[in-house]
This record gives sequence, structure tokens and C-alpha cells, in this order.
Amino acid sequence: MALLSKLATNEQHGENSPYFDGWKAYDNDPFHLVNNPNGVIQMGLAENQLSFDLIEEWIKRNPKASICTTEGMESFRTIANFQDYHGLPEFRSAIAKFMEKTRGSRVKFDPERVVMAGGATGANETLMFCLADPGDAFLVPSPYYPGFNRDLRWRTGVQLLPISCKSSNSFKITIEALKEAYENAQQANVKVKGLILTNPSNPLGTTLDRDTLKNLLTFTNEHNIHLVCDEIYATTVFDAPQFVSIAEIITNDEVTNRCINKDLVHIVYSLSKDMGFPGFRVGIVYSFNDDVVNCARKMSSFGLVSTQTQHIIAAMLSDDEFVEEFLIESAKRLRKRHEKFTGGLEEVGIKCLKSNAGLFCWMDLRPLLKEPTHDGEVTLWKLIINDVKLNVSPGSSFNCPETGWFRVCFANIDDQTVDIALVRIRMFVDGNNDVKENGVAKEKQHWKRSNLRLSFSNGKYDENVMSLNMMSPNSPIPHSPLVRARN
Amino acid sequence: MTNSPTKTTTISSGGATSAMRVIVPLQGVVQGRGGLFLGSVIPCALFYFWQLYLKRNRNRRPSSNNNNAESGSSGSTHLPDVSSGSGLQRVHSRILLSPKGTSGQSQVSVRANSVISKQIDSSPCFVGLNKASQDPYDEFSNPDGVIQLGLDENKLSLDLVQEWLAENVSRWMMAEDLSISGIATYQPFDGLLELKVAVAGFMSQAVDNSVSFSPSQMVLTGGATPALEILSFCLADPGNAFLVPSPYYPEDVKWRTGVEIIPVPCRSADNFSLSIDALDRAFNQAKKRGLKVRGVIISNPSNPVGNMFSRETLYNLLDFATEKNIHVISNEILAGSSYGGEEFVSIAEIIDSEDFDRNRVHIVYGLSKDLSLPGFRVGAIYTCNENVLAVVKKLTRFSSISVPTQHLLIQMLSDAKFVQQFIKRNRERLRRMYSLFVSGLKQLGIECTKSSGGFYCWADMSRLIRSYNEKGEIELWDNLLNVAKINATPGSSCHCVEPGWFRLCFTTLSEKDISTVMRRIQKVLETRKSLS
Repeated sequence: MALLSKLATNEQHGENSPYFDGWKAYDNDPFHLVNNPNGVIQMGLAENQLSFDLIEEWIKRNPKASICTTEGMESFRTIANFQDYHGLPEFRSAIAKFMEKTRGSRVKFDPERVVMAGGATGANETLMFCLADPGDAFLVPSPYYPGFNRDLRWRTGVQLLPISCKSSNSFKITIEALKEAYENAQQANVKVKGLILTNPSNPLGTTLDRDTLKNLLTFTNEHNIHLVCDEIYATTVFDAPQFVSIAEIITNDEVTNRCINKDLVHIVYSLSKDMGFPGFRVGIVYSFNDDVVNCARKMSSFGLVSTQTQHIIAAMLSDDEFVEEFLIESAKRLRKRHEKFTGGLEEVGIKCLKSNAGLFCWMDLRPLLKEPTHDGEVTLWKLIINDVKLNVSPGSSFNCPETGWFRVCFANIDDQTVDIALVRIRMFVDGNNDVKENGVAKEKQHWKRSNLRLSFSNGKYDENVMSLNMMSPNSPIPHSPLVRARN
Repeated sequence: MTNSPTKTTTISSGGATSAMRVIVPLQGVVQGRGGLFLGSVIPCALFYFWQLYLKRNRNRRPSSNNNNAESGSSGSTHLPDVSSGSGLQRVHSRILLSPKGTSGQSQVSVRANSVISKQIDSSPCFVGLNKASQDPYDEFSNPDGVIQLGLDENKLSLDLVQEWLAENVSRWMMAEDLSISGIATYQPFDGLLELKVAVAGFMSQAVDNSVSFSPSQMVLTGGATPALEILSFCLADPGNAFLVPSPYYPEDVKWRTGVEIIPVPCRSADNFSLSIDALDRAFNQAKKRGLKVRGVIISNPSNPVGNMFSRETLYNLLDFATEKNIHVISNEILAGSSYGGEEFVSIAEIIDSEDFDRNRVHIVYGLSKDLSLPGFRVGAIYTCNENVLAVVKKLTRFSSISVPTQHLLIQMLSDAKFVQQFIKRNRERLRRMYSLFVSGLKQLGIECTKSSGGFYCWADMSRLIRSYNEKGEIELWDNLLNVAKINATPGSSCHCVEPGWFRLCFTTLSEKDISTVMRRIQKVLETRKSLS
């Protein structure tokens, strides 16, 4: 039989990490408030479902924005037929404007530099194709998003070299660590093409301060390597300190403006987290380098955004009043949810890294580890999945240099589910404490019924690894309401 | 070395005696009289200088084209690059990569440089498209504008889709629970199951139900372009090659996969249909060059010619693929846009009925052509190879269909009556436009290959070009663009080995426009006749 390529047969897609194993567990036994209250609660998916109602309201009030309405239909012809990879001009302007607003209008973005990609996944990959050749490397502060292993490496052949960050200084990136990683690469004869980081950080939920950004920029500039900032969580900042985009640093600071080679700076953006539109697949590459814009634009044919989506986004993001209200309200709700969750965790003695952004918190479960090793972490994690029935993500899947840290997402579930999750955690911790005190394994999980309930299965799940039909219990049943309406 | 005489004749421009003066000592060297060292160094040095000479010659050729072309054109500044770019493509399918990585300030990757420096922006396709979009023809507001015949889009039946939307959209808005969270959240990256079912149904309709496509063998992507790229990543390593019958429409599948495209020339004598002999020759040549061929990529109906593969050719192709143990990718994106007398045969039908290994056949599909919805970015990969299916599913992460679009299409494609009617009426309109257009050209003395599908005709304008080569073809193309104000696609952009062929798309025109087009072409013909 004709063989497949190396890419098809190597396991570089990274889907074998525990990060995805937890999702498999969820897939097999998904939580539902009514139908499966003992199922696994999905807390490993960084999705923002807190502000959907605002979007829904806007869509109802603005039928013209959607071509699927009587008012909006007249634009159907032009929209359906438009396949220019520059994208609809109004879409690019709206995105540029939105990016400005989310950075407090402190910096201007040029619509001509807005390039589409297939989600932030596609945007990150495209930048790698543009900036590095197979065998080249990019430095990345760890812990980092597990998807990077696939997005940045699989098809591009680029290597990732982690820069260790330590809990002792709140996982901040230090120039020393950066220098060390760079020098190690030099010694190993690996060509470093750049540094990539997420700001706000995934999984930490922290934002980089101005000085750190400046120092990183100075370093990359001195060594003539690229700096890629994935700012996908820019609008999920709900607390001080204020978010500072790399664009601000290079545009507004006079000194930086003069000495920094702008051709080395690139931003990745998306609407998947800020607006909660991962299904729309809107990824953006914003580069200050003309060649990169040119190349990325040509490559965008592999990941263009549907014009139907471009059209509705253009309309939505041009509604200044709506955008401002949305940004304020969304931040408010995130803060509230963050406080509720971290507060609940504190009550049972679990600390989280102090964060001001993101859809998750970075839990310190080191006290719960039987042994401070990788195995100890995996054991604890398995316990949490199978006994506590929460899908959380272990630090090892984020390449965290220290064991015992876990990322838990809180914005993709409703308040009731949060309460249930907290109850389960409390019981687990109490149970654990009892064991420690009495040295006897106590009867755990008394909330778990002995009679088996039917697992909530809607037939849409296939045995595929990445089945991501993650609905919050309060969402409508996964069958499209449109399909139902038809019949 | 047997090719030393050739080398010597290129280097020494003199007559036979001077040639002999070089040949004899060389022969001595080759026969070992000069010793092993000289016997290897000298031939190598000669070879090196020969290559250098050829390279310089190649670079010099475009500049001579420069002067001739510019005299005929009216200030098209892109022309010089066009010739060299297309010239390179005609001689070699490889574009020479310039090691710009180290020079220049931008420091992008080598592959990015090759994408940028590929002179895509100055190719006829691009230049023509640009000009047409800057000065678009409109019957009333801009009657002297450029008529776009270079964009293979079908606007003939968009009204049918719009009609459907008008009739059905109000029903949705009635549904109270039109909740965004079913639309905006993460969904399976390889497409909603309902959409796969709907697309499989559409594909079956497009091939007149000769095949029943199964949704479980399908993966949906954000367009046919990424579908093809994803398959390439899956089936070939960087440096491997695919054989592609030419003329073919330029594909950007090479950029990121590092895969080579080797054109397999088809000839007008065969009506541009694929000859297995030519395929075999190309395969062997590739082998000699040290290139590993991983598969054959065909378009059926083909672009730009518009002909269809006969059952027999498909059998022979599959035999060939089995013999060489390679894959076959069939791009059937125009299956529903076939209008000719003969039936369209999908490769799926062949592997269904015969004893071929299904694991080596993969089909690419999309809704950009058959349903006139290129903006929505809907593509599909169909394969029975479970290993390939598993991998491409993961790769759709990088290119998924926007979920609201999926929902819209589920509605549309599940309406079986609409689909049937649409395909039927679309075919009728295509047939009509094709015959009107082709007969119009015939009256001007321009013959076309018999096409049975697609949005264009493949016209033979070889008698009209001044010199029977690419230069002549580009000059005519330029004339058509700047004098007749018609954007046509020259065959050289499609890697056609015979000069003088042009692709003309008629699906963005109305019937009235056809006479305008013919009038303009006639004007150019008359001007050329009077000058020659």
C-alpha cells in the first residue's frame, strides 16, 4: 500500500499529551446538570461563555448584519462570491479598530496589516512558516500552551526551546533565563529565529509589565531575532495592572521607536477568547514587517475566514457603543467569576497564582502531591479526573519546570456548575486531609452514587480524539436549533 | 563522459577544428592519460562552467524579451518579470530559490522568500486580475472597462441560491431558541456531522447518484485549497513530488509542503487528455532526477481545459498508480458543473466497482464552484484510507469551516429538492453560455477544445501569435488586456507546453456581454492582421 508521509506517521501532533487525555475522559462521561450530575466537569477548556447573551441580543437587534435574515440578504451575492484573500475591507477596519479599543485606544492599528488565518492556531503556524525554516528554533517561556507543540512544530519542522520560569518569582520571565536558553541553543548549534510568548499568559493568567516587555524587546532586537506576541487573551484582562500590548511599546515609546527594528515584531490575535467566538475561526496575523504581511497574506488562502463571518463581525465590531459596553461587562463578569472560584479554592486551602487575566487560574496543588515528582503529579491528576471528576490540566502538559501546578478553566461553565465543582474539590481536599491525619483511606466521594446513571450521550461523539462538542449544561442541546426549527 | 562533445560545442563557438582541439585532449583525460585527478577535476570544472553559462543565458533571455514586448505594449511595467517568471516555469517546474535569507533586512524564512520572490504579483494571472478589478466593465457605468474572463467563478446561478435564502430565512428567525452558543462555541474541527451528511448528499447528487458518498469517510476543511495542501502534507515528505497533467491551474500547494510539482504534458492532438505513456515518462524522468514521486494529482473536470477523464483513462491511471505504488488525488471540485453530453465519471465510481486498492485514492471537493459560494470557504477531503483520515482530521485544526456558515449550509444542502433543481438548472445555464461563447469565437476563426465541464473554454489562438513561443503568447495576452480590454489567462501560466492557448471564463458574463467580448476580440484580430 502506498506509504504516508513522515508527518502523517510521526506522533508530533502532540495529541498524546495528558492535556488531551483529560478531554477524552470528559467525552466519555460529560457532566450535565440534569442528565448526568456525576459526570466529569470540563474545566480544561479555555472558552469564554460568560457573555454570550450580550452577543445574542446584539444579533437580534441588528438583523442586517447577518445575511441569513430578510434585512441582510441583499448583500448575499457579493458576500458569497467574495474570495479575495485581502478580506472584506470593512472586516479589516473593524478588526483594527477593535484591537485598538482593547488596548485602551493607546495605539493605532493599520487595517492593511491585518491578515486572516484559520484561528489563532493557523495564525501562529503561518508566522512560523514565514519566519523560520525546518530545524530552526523559537524560544518560548514555559509553562506554555500545549497546543504550541502542534501548532508551531508539526508541519513547520520548527523546534521549541523552553525558557524556564520559576514559581519563586511568580513565574515571571527573567532576562537571565532568556539569555541562558539562548546561549544553550548557540552551543548546541541550533539556530534561534525568535521568541514567542502569550501575553496575557496561558496558563498563568498574568500580564507582562512594561519594563519586562521592553527588556525582552531589547534582547530580541540586539540578537536580531523575531518577537511574536500572541495577544489572544488581551480582552480577558479584568483587573489591574492594565494590559500593555507590544504594539504600544514599539509605537509610543520614542526611544524604542528609534532603536527597535520593527521588522522583527509580530502580533497574533483572534476572537476566540475575547469575544467567545472560537467557532467562527477568526485568526489574525498582524506584523510590522511588510514581507511577512505579504507572505502571510498569500498563505492565508489556507485559512481564510468565511465571508459570512467577516460580514457579521465587521458590523458587530464597528458598533462602537456595543463594543464599549461589551468590553466593560465582559471584564466585570470575568472578575466576578474569578473571585468566586479563587475564593472557593482559598477556603479549602488551595492557592492560585495571582492573576489579572485569562479564562483560568493556575492552581498550586503542591501540598496535595504525594511526592514532588512528575509521577506524583500524574497520580494526582488521574485522581482528580477519575475520582473528583474534574478535567483539569496538569502542569507537565504545559512543560512546566515545576511539578504540582494545574490549570483550571472557569469561564465555560455556569454558576451552578462552579458551585458543584467547588463542592467536589472541598470533599477531595477534606478526604485527603483526613487520610493525612488518620493514615487511613476514608470512604471517599460519598456523593458518588453506587447505582450507575445513564451517561449523557447525544450520539454526536465519535471515538475521535479531538471531539470538542463542549457545551455548558445550560446551552441548548447540541443539535442545531436551526435543524430542529426546520423539522 | 558521453556529453563532453555537447559541452565543448557550447563553450567553443568556433568550427570543427577548434572543437577537435579541445575534444582530443579531453578524450585523453577521460581515458585516464591525465591521471585520475585531472580526469575528475577537469570534467567537473567544465560542467560547472557550463551550468554557469546556462544560468547566465537564462537570465539574459528575459531582458531580450523585455525589449520586444515593451515595444508592443502600452506601458505595462510588469511585463519583463512576466516573461522571466513564466519562462522559468516552462523550462523547469522548479523556481530557483534565491538564498535571500542572509541578505536584506527582513530575515524571513527561506520558504517565505520563495513565496514572495516567486513573482506571483507580476504573473499574468495576477496582473490581469488586478487590472480588471481596478477598471471593471459595466454595461452602463463603465462600458470601456476591462471584461473579466480570467476569474473562474460562476455567477450564473447565484440568484437561485439567493432565492432559496429569501424563501427559507424567515423560518429561522421565528425559532425562539436561536442561541449563539450553539454556533459560536468550539465544534469538531473536521466539521459538524450534519454538514458532512449534507455535503456527502450534495456530492452524490453532483455525480448523478452514480456513487453514494459516506459522511464517515469525509473531513471538512476551510476550502478546497487547504484540503489539497492537507492531503499533500499527509502523503508526501518535503522534496517528494506529485505528477500533475498539464495544463493545470497554478496551485500553491508547493509553498509550505516543500513538495515538487512535475507537469505531465498533454497535447492538443489528444484533446489534452492524459496519456499514460507521458505519465510513465515523467515518472521515470523524476526518478532519474532523484525525485520520489508520491502520487498523481488530477482535476476532473479539468482546469483550464474543461475536459473530463474517460472511464478507460481512469482505469489506466489506477493501474499505473498500483504498479508504481503511489497515491491518486482527484480534485473533483467541478463535478457538479459538468454540462457536456457524456456522463461525468468520478474516480469513486471506479474504485467502487473494480478491485482497486481504495487506500490509495483520495478525493478533494468543495462548494466554491458547484454551489457558487467561494466566500464561505467550504472544502472536503474524501478518502477510504483510515490512516489518512485519522491524520487529516487532526490537520483540519488549522483550517476549519466557520460554524455559522456550517449551520447555514446544513439547512441549504438538506433541502434535497433545492439541490436537485439547482444542479439541473445550473448545468443548463452553463451549457447555454458555453455554446454561445464557443460559437462566437468560432465565427472569429478561433477554435476551442471540446469542454464538458467548468466555467471556461480553452481557446486555440496559436495562429494569432506573432512568434510560436511563449513570448508571442504573452504579447497577445498583453494586447488582449490593454487593447481589447479583456482579461484572459494565457496557457503559459497554466504550464501548457503548446503556446497560443488561452483560458476564457464565461460565467461572469451575461448573454449580452458575449457579443461585446467578440467585438473586442475582433478589433484586436483586425489590428494584428493589418500590421502583419
